[in-house]
Amino acid sequence: MKVNNVILQFTTKIVFFIIFFFAVHIFFAGHYTPGGGFVGGLVTASAIVLLLVAFDLKTVRSLLPINYIYMVAIGLLIALGTAAIAMFLDEPFFTHFFDYFYLPLFGKTSLHTAALFDFGVYLVVVGVTMTIIQTIGEDE
Amino acid sequence: MKEMILMLALALFMVAIFLNLYRVIVGPSMPDRAIALDTIGVNLISAIAIVSIVLTTKAFLEAILILGILAFIGTIAFSKYIERGTIIERNRNN
Repeated sequence: MKVNNVILQFTTKIVFFIIFFFAVHIFFAGHYTPGGGFVGGLVTASAIVLLLVAFDLKTVRSLLPINYIYMVAIGLLIALGTAAIAMFLDEPFFTHFFDYFYLPLFGKTSLHTAALFDFGVYLVVVGVTMTIIQTIGEDE
Repeated sequence: MKEMILMLALALFMVAIFLNLYRVIVGPSMPDRAIALDTIGVNLISAIAIVSIVLTTKAFLEAILILGILAFIGTIAFSKYIERGTIIERNRNN
C-alpha cells in the first residue's frame, strides 16, 4: 500500500539541516562550552535517523552513500594519528600542540590538535550509531 | 520575590509533569501515551530554562535544544510505529 506523508517529509527536509548545523556548532564549541565530539556525533546520527524514519533505507543509502564501518575505521585512524604525531617530534604520546593563526575570514584563531582527535571521536560515534540502527532496521 | 515566582513556576511544571505521568500510566490507548510523553518533554524543556535562570548560567541552552530535537524525533518514531507497525522501512514504494 502506497502511503502519502507529505507533511512529515517536507518538515524533515528543513529540520534535517537545522539539526545537522546544530551538531556542527556543538562539535566546534566543545573546547570552551559544553559539547564536543561525542554529543555532536550523536546529534548528527539523530539527524540521519530522522531521514531514515521519514523516508526509507534505500533512499537514504542513495542519498548518503557512506559505508559506516569504514567511517569507524577512519575515525580510529585519525584519533591514533593525532596521538602519534607527538612521538615523531620527541614528545610523549598524546601531547597536543596549539598555536594562534591569522585566518583570512576568522581573524586571530587558536588552532589545537585536540580538535583533530575530537573529529576522530565524532566519526567513530556517527559510524557506530548508524551501523547499529541500520543493522537492526533492515532485518525482517 | 523573583526567586519565589521562579520556584512557584517550577512547582507548577512539576504538577503538570505528574498529571501527564498519570496519563502515561493509565492512558487507555497508545496514542494517549505518546502525546503525554511529548508533553512531558516540552514541560522538561521549560523547567530546564527556569533552572538555568535560577542558577544564572548559560550552560544549559544546548541541553534545551537537544531535548527539543530528541522529543521531536521520539514522537515521530512512536507515531510511525503506531500507524504502520514499523519504524524504518526498506523500500517505501512497494
